Amino acid sequence: MDYLLIQTLNGVQLGLLMFLLAAGLTLTFGIMDLVNLAHGSLYMMGAYLAWTFIGWTDSFVLGVLLSLPATFLLGVVVEAVVMRRLYARDHLDQVLATFGLILFFNELVRAVWGPAGKSIAVPAFLGHTVEILPGVPYPAYRFALIVAGGVVAILLAWLVTRTRMGMVIRAGASNRRMIAALGVNIELLFSLVFGLGAVFAGLAGVMAAPIASVKIGMGDDILILAFVIIVIGGIGSIKGAFVAAMMVGQIDIFGRTYLPDLLKTFLSPAAASGAAPALSQMMVYIVMAGVLVWRPTGLFGQRS
Amino acid sequence: MTGALRTPRGLATALLLVLFAALPLLTQAFDQRYLLSIGTRIVIWSIAAVSLNMILGYGGLVSFGHAAFFGIGGYAVGILSASGVPDGWVQWPVAILAAAAWAALIGALSLRTRGVYFIMITLAFAQLVYYVAASLEVYGGDDGLNIGRSRFSGLIDLRDKASFYWLCFALLVATLWFCSRFAVSRFGFVLRGARSNDQRMTALGFPVFQYRLAALVISGAFGGLAGVLLANEGAYVSPAMMSWVKSGDLIVIVVLGGMGTLFGPVYGAIAFFVLEESLKPLMDLVHKGWGEYWQIVFGPMLVLVALYAKGGIDSLLGRRRHG
Amino acid sequence: MKGILFGTATIAALAFGLQPVAAQQSIKIGFVSTFSGSQAAIGEDMRRSVDLAVEHLGGKIAGKKIEIVYEDDQFKPDVGKARSEKLVQQDKVNFVAGYIWSNVLLASLKTVTDEGDTILISANAGPSQIAGELCNKNFFSTSWQNDQTPMAMGEYLNTKGVKSLYVVGPNYAAGKDMLAGVKRTYKGTIAGEDYTKWPDQLDFSAELTKIAAAKPGGIFIFYPGAHGVQFVKQWVQAGLNKTVPLYQVFSIDAITLPQQGELALGTLGAQEWVNDLPNEQNKKYVADFKKKYKVYPSYYGAQSYDAIMLIASAAEALKGDLSDKAKVRAEMKKANFKSLRGDFKFGNNNFPIENFYIQETVKDAEGMMTVKTIATAVKAGQDPYHDKCAMK
Repeated sequence: MDYLLIQTLNGVQLGLLMFLLAAGLTLTFGIMDLVNLAHGSLYMMGAYLAWTFIGWTDSFVLGVLLSLPATFLLGVVVEAVVMRRLYARDHLDQVLATFGLILFFNELVRAVWGPAGKSIAVPAFLGHTVEILPGVPYPAYRFALIVAGGVVAILLAWLVTRTRMGMVIRAGASNRRMIAALGVNIELLFSLVFGLGAVFAGLAGVMAAPIASVKIGMGDDILILAFVIIVIGGIGSIKGAFVAAMMVGQIDIFGRTYLPDLLKTFLSPAAASGAAPALSQMMVYIVMAGVLVWRPTGLFGQRS
Repeated sequence: MTGALRTPRGLATALLLVLFAALPLLTQAFDQRYLLSIGTRIVIWSIAAVSLNMILGYGGLVSFGHAAFFGIGGYAVGILSASGVPDGWVQWPVAILAAAAWAALIGALSLRTRGVYFIMITLAFAQLVYYVAASLEVYGGDDGLNIGRSRFSGLIDLRDKASFYWLCFALLVATLWFCSRFAVSRFGFVLRGARSNDQRMTALGFPVFQYRLAALVISGAFGGLAGVLLANEGAYVSPAMMSWVKSGDLIVIVVLGGMGTLFGPVYGAIAFFVLEESLKPLMDLVHKGWGEYWQIVFGPMLVLVALYAKGGIDSLLGRRRHG
Repeated sequence: MKGILFGTATIAALAFGLQPVAAQQSIKIGFVSTFSGSQAAIGEDMRRSVDLAVEHLGGKIAGKKIEIVYEDDQFKPDVGKARSEKLVQQDKVNFVAGYIWSNVLLASLKTVTDEGDTILISANAGPSQIAGELCNKNFFSTSWQNDQTPMAMGEYLNTKGVKSLYVVGPNYAAGKDMLAGVKRTYKGTIAGEDYTKWPDQLDFSAELTKIAAAKPGGIFIFYPGAHGVQFVKQWVQAGLNKTVPLYQVFSIDAITLPQQGELALGTLGAQEWVNDLPNEQNKKYVADFKKKYKVYPSYYGAQSYDAIMLIASAAEALKGDLSDKAKVRAEMKKANFKSLRGDFKFGNNNFPIENFYIQETVKDAEGMMTVKTIATAVKAGQDPYHDKCAMK
């Protein structure tokens, strides 16, 4: 029972982290109709900037807090210099341009911070385990991640459903031309949305860093997963991104936990050990393909 | 025909074709064997890019899983070779049919979706193929498989670099010829019409879904052919052939060269490989040691092309006379 | 007009990118490794060691200048193959060395050794195929065969009396080889076996939770590069470092330690070279490396250094005359040089027959993280595939 609880928590934590990354992506995609392959680069830059700030201030919390506006600024600059000119273009040109940006950022990081990865240590006040139930230890940092991720998710939900800006964002996701016609300053909106997406991506990068590592190309690996999540959830839908991210988190964890044993019931142990991770990797894609065949615009996507 | 030669584009293309046709002789004369290897790779990737252009450029369908056809073609050759069937006459048709069959399968499932959903579902299917290949331990898994080249019993020895090159070049010319017929055929016009407005085409009575499926199958078959050639070029296959990064590279090549144009993909392949080979030494010339960071220049170059050269390299070669 | 410009530019760029061959007054060595992307730090370590070797040789072998041509495989087998082809056909190097990754090596092998008839020295990758059926007279290794290192760890765990072991590794060819290797020699119970997604799995929480539930006598891992950093961090965060000791191969080394820091203290690893091996050339290598770069070298670097020294020994013996390839191969086979791990011999498949040591992660006198030899796990070990090789 405890085992199940811990694995579920693992899934929740993974899901929340992926949600942070996917939220920004679904926003820029939904509102600006922009395929941004460089979203993973923003994730990476957030982590590297945080590493630098933590080094300067010698404090994890301060470093993280400083990295947020820094990533926002970076997002705004990238939007102004490159993205702004891509809105009118078709997806392919966007793919080409943002692909070029990935190459650029990876090399930039290597030139500025060097080829070796960097490490952000778990802050001392979170470096132990907490007993979520008597006798059931869980890493404090991961627990903090769940709390932080949950808070951000709630904030985002409040922003999108209860504020004026959120209303404009949702309206923009369903009909961009209309809100422009209604007099909303589109340029400012897009700048803000892109910057916001960048902050979320950067935050995800920073939060993942103590568990994972800060390295060149760290965003490229999970970029595909982020795209899969927003597609399952439906492009432009924050709720969809949340649901899909949670789903994917649980599927991933339980796939890794139970699939090998499940396969061993009808395959030889050697074959099961080899097939399980392959199947686990494929699972997310199978789910996505299944969702798309059933609902071609994702779970909560706009029917066009 | 001669009219076409008078335009800058026509002249450039004709010159390139002549250069490519004569490449083995030139490299022999100047003792630049490596150049022939690059040339062979450019030709093979051109075939892959032209095949992608059929559905991407003309059909408007962004398939992010094209490398899967590449890989299926290559692995068919690899698996048959490793299983004791080195005969090219058997391997090649099987490989091309396998790629076409896969295209039919994913087309039937994916063509219900549009836009970015189509991109993602094609990517998903390609990843599936990738993971299956990586888990085939008996064929090397992700170590890949070293194989012998296809045998064509006395007709042609693929181990001879010049013969192999000419075969690839001939196949590229054949593919381009097919594509040119395809583009101006009724089939091609329906496809291009559907790209700009598929509701209109459906209203006109064309079964758009069937046309697109057929286009995908044809595109997949040629992609499989490119995979067969690549497997023979390196005498090696590995799952890396079908990674999503390769699909991305193919899209970049097609867009870079100019989508929906006949020779665009070829220009794109040339530019891609040439830049890869020469950016590094060029940057080292400017400042020693900078060459290592060539991607810092290559990346923004792609951005600039996307922003300012709307039709890719093809558009830089002058205005088209029509279409 | 634009068309002509484009055509001319293309030809000019190509011609420029492919410089003509330099005169053969030097000894040219091509070195293929990963210099970009997330694993670039390994290539960097190898390059530093190669440069140091050239420095120690005074820049010359048998009076001829040494020229090293570095090429980046970008962690992709097809790029590695293309780069190797360039080194052999374009730069016309006398030797090709390097290769971190098994799949890059397998893709490039024939291009160098068969089509190019050039000697290839692997300074890291050791796939079983090349030790066995694909063995090649032009191939030499200054590292090991993939199975040997985990096999050594298995032997050591037996002597230490570890009753049960949970093995975890990434789901690709090398990962599977490593786990298979430790199971070859380890005689205790395998408490569990997990293969994680490669290369995109960042999070090991599910596996660590399983391990905690299984309560094994130890964990064995193979996670090269950045993944090793991730695993160690999460193992400590889960509190498992207090209850389940970590045994590893290729996951904790001089390159990853700066990031793993004190979290890795006390972990044990196996390798054929450790920075404190007590021979003169090793002391000099480590001291000079540390002085220049302020960090310890790793075994990737040590193996690369050895590759250069091996080449130098053969070239010196032939007084710089590399024209008779059969003679060069014969000299190389003698392994008549002072290796950083102490002298070793080549087996019939040109893989070294060597010792394997167990090292513990400690802090040195200056507070830097490093490893220290605590035992010899295997003496004069040979890989298990050598009898599949037809060479004598």
